[in-house]
Amino acid sequence: MNIVKSEHIVGMSVPRKEGRDKVTGRALYIDDMTLPNMIYGATVRSSIPRGRIKRITFDPGIRWDEFVIVSAKDVPGQNCIALIVDEQPCLADGVVNHPEEPILLLAHADRHALSKAVAAVTVEYDPMPALFSMEESEQCKEIIHGTDNTFKTYRLEKGDVDSVWAKADFIVEGEYFTGAQEQLYIENNGVIASFDQEHGITVWGSMQCPYYVHRALMKLCKLPENKVRVVQTETGGAFGGKEEYPSMIAGHAALLAMKSGRPVKIIYDRMEDMAATTKRHPSRTRHRTAVSKDGKILGGEIEFTVDGGAYTTLSPVVLSRGTIHAGGPYYWPHVRIRAKAVATNAPPHGAFRGFGAPQSIFAMERHMDRIAATVGISPAEVRRRNFLTTGQTTITEQRIREAIDLEQLLDRGLALADYRTKRDSFRKENESSTRKKGIGIATFLHGAGFTGSGERNLSSEVAVAGTADGRVQVLVSSTEFGQGTKTVLCQIAAEELSLSFEDVEMVQPDTGQVPNSGPTVASRTVMVVGKLVQSAALGVRQTLTACGLLRHGYSQQEFREACSKYVAKHGRLLSRARYRQPAGVFWDDEKYRGEAYAAFAWAVYIAEVTVDLTTYSVTVDDFVALQEVGRVLHPVLARGQIIGGVAQGIGFALYENVVWQNGRMQNGQMTNYIMPTSADLPPIRVYFEELGNEYGAFGAKGIGELPMDGPAPAIVNAIEDALGVKIDSIPVLPENLFEAMATSSPGHREFRPSNEAQ
Amino acid sequence: MNTSRVQCEVSLTVNGELRNLRVYPMERLLDVLRRQLGLTGTKEGCGEGECGSCSVLMDGALVNSCLVPILHAHGVRITTIEGLAEGPLLHGLQDAFLKCGGAQCGICTPGMILAACQLLNEKPQPSLEEIREGLSGNLCRCTGYTQILEAVAEAAGRGSAR
Amino acid sequence: MRSDPADYELVVPGSLRDAVSLLAAQPGIWLPIAGGTDVMVQFAAGKLVAQNLVSLWNLPELRFIEVNDKEIRIGAGSTYTELRKHDVVKREFPLLASAARWTGGIANQNRGTLGGNIANASPAADSLPPLLVYKADLILVSVHGERRVRYVDFHTGYKRTQLTPHELIRAVCLPRSFAGYFSYARKVGARNAQAISKVCVAAVAQVHEGVVADVRLAVGSVAPVPLRLLNTEKVVEGRVIDEALILKAREAARGEICPIDDVRSTAAYRAQVTGNLVAEFLEKLAASGNNA
Repeated sequence: MNIVKSEHIVGMSVPRKEGRDKVTGRALYIDDMTLPNMIYGATVRSSIPRGRIKRITFDPGIRWDEFVIVSAKDVPGQNCIALIVDEQPCLADGVVNHPEEPILLLAHADRHALSKAVAAVTVEYDPMPALFSMEESEQCKEIIHGTDNTFKTYRLEKGDVDSVWAKADFIVEGEYFTGAQEQLYIENNGVIASFDQEHGITVWGSMQCPYYVHRALMKLCKLPENKVRVVQTETGGAFGGKEEYPSMIAGHAALLAMKSGRPVKIIYDRMEDMAATTKRHPSRTRHRTAVSKDGKILGGEIEFTVDGGAYTTLSPVVLSRGTIHAGGPYYWPHVRIRAKAVATNAPPHGAFRGFGAPQSIFAMERHMDRIAATVGISPAEVRRRNFLTTGQTTITEQRIREAIDLEQLLDRGLALADYRTKRDSFRKENESSTRKKGIGIATFLHGAGFTGSGERNLSSEVAVAGTADGRVQVLVSSTEFGQGTKTVLCQIAAEELSLSFEDVEMVQPDTGQVPNSGPTVASRTVMVVGKLVQSAALGVRQTLTACGLLRHGYSQQEFREACSKYVAKHGRLLSRARYRQPAGVFWDDEKYRGEAYAAFAWAVYIAEVTVDLTTYSVTVDDFVALQEVGRVLHPVLARGQIIGGVAQGIGFALYENVVWQNGRMQNGQMTNYIMPTSADLPPIRVYFEELGNEYGAFGAKGIGELPMDGPAPAIVNAIEDALGVKIDSIPVLPENLFEAMATSSPGHREFRPSNEAQ
Repeated sequence: MNTSRVQCEVSLTVNGELRNLRVYPMERLLDVLRRQLGLTGTKEGCGEGECGSCSVLMDGALVNSCLVPILHAHGVRITTIEGLAEGPLLHGLQDAFLKCGGAQCGICTPGMILAACQLLNEKPQPSLEEIREGLSGNLCRCTGYTQILEAVAEAAGRGSAR
Repeated sequence: MRSDPADYELVVPGSLRDAVSLLAAQPGIWLPIAGGTDVMVQFAAGKLVAQNLVSLWNLPELRFIEVNDKEIRIGAGSTYTELRKHDVVKREFPLLASAARWTGGIANQNRGTLGGNIANASPAADSLPPLLVYKADLILVSVHGERRVRYVDFHTGYKRTQLTPHELIRAVCLPRSFAGYFSYARKVGARNAQAISKVCVAAVAQVHEGVVADVRLAVGSVAPVPLRLLNTEKVVEGRVIDEALILKAREAARGEICPIDDVRSTAAYRAQVTGNLVAEFLEKLAASGNNA
């Protein structure tokens, strides 16, 4: 496909729209804001994982008449946080199902008095048996959800997997685990809500999806669409952690605002945010693969299980994406995938960049190295022999139509990483060193946009408007939280209209002002919403041209004049665009078959590590991130997305561990939940290829989540390369590595550092 | 013993301006800056002195303002992010962060820029390792640090110590 | 923020004498706060029990570093940044300089004080093993005057010290007798910066006529107090370093420590790594060419 590269704005690293405000401290985040007459809200939470609430007592030392107190009884509408199913209570009503579950809300003008009051509420429970792991949940010794503790299952079949075992030269099995991961946005969750009879509820806050919050509040507060307004404020990081959770905190603030008649601000501190809000779903993947003697996958079975926590929330969709990505970028002639999301008594797990794919891709990429070792070929070779090629079908039988050449991509990645030379020299150096070096590969894909019929169901709408002074506004519900939404959508509109970047701005995402362009998730913003913005912008030009105000080949000044004239005459200039599923795209929700995603981005990641056997710690020394992304619309932002995602992937692999005890996170402080500092990360080298994408704005594919998928398996593959020790569970903390080495092989001698030259 | 509920007078210079305050001595400098003085550029990310998003310069030295009782700031000169630019003229670091993609969500940015300020004031030509170390007390979840380090190197190259 | 500032009193004494007078007048009531990098974390978490605080920050009588022929005297109010920058500390007491570099990040080094670290008595503090190695004495001060104690006797149990309720640490004295020693320090944390130690080792020694001479070895985070490994020192003192000695030293070290499982690490890991670091120290000593 031809990429027309005559653009002037798209493809350039134009200044971040809100950048100046961010570097001067002028950008306003929710905790920077106050409203007149505002009071503060806080949450009384469950201290047990499961049980019935027996009694709630209020310490007589507090002047309770000064407080606004809200319980489940105060919910005007349905006591739930509406999402896929309307199941999760907004406030516990007699029963709690996870530690930190919200029970009561308090509000007061003095935040210190509030804090003391929360501590002065005593809840007594009749505890019930609780489940804390996938295994316990599967065993069903206790039923905590539905009839069998299962939120959702999928069964995906391609071909006839039962026929492959007899033909296999090798049957390779493996079991792989990933742990929970905290999103750790540096800005904690926070909202302000206000209520009055005339306007209804208004909520401002840190969030990704204003319309998700809008929908949830309608149901909770029993208000019609036009009596709920949700406004996103500058958001200090999200990564999925503010996809669904804000509906809960917004619901709490709204209830307090309704009862008190005053604006209410709720801001979590770090301890509360870590302990009470969502995390990445822990996972277990089991592979059983029939492999030919030259390392080709003949077929296989994959069992993919995720821990959903106590309520359904988004688990069905996380499970779905994990399932569809479970086969990696490989050709599977036959496969059966059985996937399930199970319930445990932990705070519900939720969206986090990658959304199921990092989990199943970790397993697939570890398993490929396992296959390579079993067959006796190299990790690079086993991938080469199994890569999807143009014309072949994925595990959902989606035909790869683009001219992606994964072998060539792999070759380029290997060259950039100097893979062969390093691998050979590491083998030699390792013999006489206590610092073992290794290099590992991960090759993978990531589908952008909502799965299957998801985009059609979202039916996203955008608008582009001309203003009275001749400038252009982009109206979308897509939010900026660092990834560059504002900048790129304005680039697209400016490019389409042949205006300067400065002439276009994006309106603050306010459900009272902007149409529902869908949630800011699933790597869909640039690709899907951007394409709609491009259409709507085209519509603006067509409107002005059609009424004779604009001639072909107009200048920016002429555009401004035409726009002003139009608005003066007609009152407003607004062009809408709504998503329509491309023709010939089919998806079967029952059988999980068809075009799962409008576009896949493809990647080769290579990690070079040093394992220090004195401390068992692993350091990443070099990282190559090579990906095909359709089109790079903003080089600095795109590179920033990849590096940031790789950094989170390195954290996922080596540093970030949630310590659980009875369903509650024990290390909910930044001191004890370890994310990498600048001293822990190598320079991360980023390279792009561009094949274009007919479904994406200016040929772009989504890239926000892609970089999350590759680092962990590349790193663990590198660790195995360095040590010869199999590790199939992340995070690989030094303690875990030490234990794995001590138990890995019979007769494993205690390692002693030998004399080494200084 | 007693809970005194006694406020005290504290004077400090913030961004070049003398401020006289009546505060509880154990109020955190962070909260005084944000609430009493309306300087919300300094952020609270963790309250434990780990993330650095609350960092300010106290007599030129980087400190985590969430760990400073206001009484310790009596008589000092504080620089917050709001004090860096001179009117419309951005500090070289601010320019460099914009150019190099050093700010994504922006919440760590004020503290990060001030940490870079202290670094460049002491080491106008820092090596990459020195930049890494100088910023290692400021956590960023968005950028993976590379473009931040490049921004600081860029600012150093342009001679931004001030 | 889980504490109400209105519930707390913080006084800034005009002098050291005023500070110790306050402690003497109301023993057990006043909690000293220096740089605040510890107290303020507890305060924000709602865990600070003491409600009356006396500030030692920036008291001139505590914030100094003096050098004479015999010893260096470091005022308890010296910050980690000051330790890092001081020429004599860097040159003659490199273990203390490196510990200062490893404590927190730049912002916390600008505020954290050596005295505060010692008085806080966390066994994980990085600067404490170097003090054990360098034969530190502490000067404690009260209304009754000063007394000098050996640092090796100072920690009496987990977060318990010889400080009486009316005393403060005034200074840390290190004898200037370690020039020409080989030094080794290593901190093992969860990441390369801003990490609490899982294990930290500090050691000095000389090689005299081919054998280990005057070895001093201390470890943090593997016992309720920072620990001198006296048995391990006895095992290696006067011996030639070879594989057999290193093995003996490892075993001796593991026998002296009692690490625990906690939210940060495991006893088994800490024990293994302590042994590894002791071995690494001896390997490096052997390879150093030190010849006193």
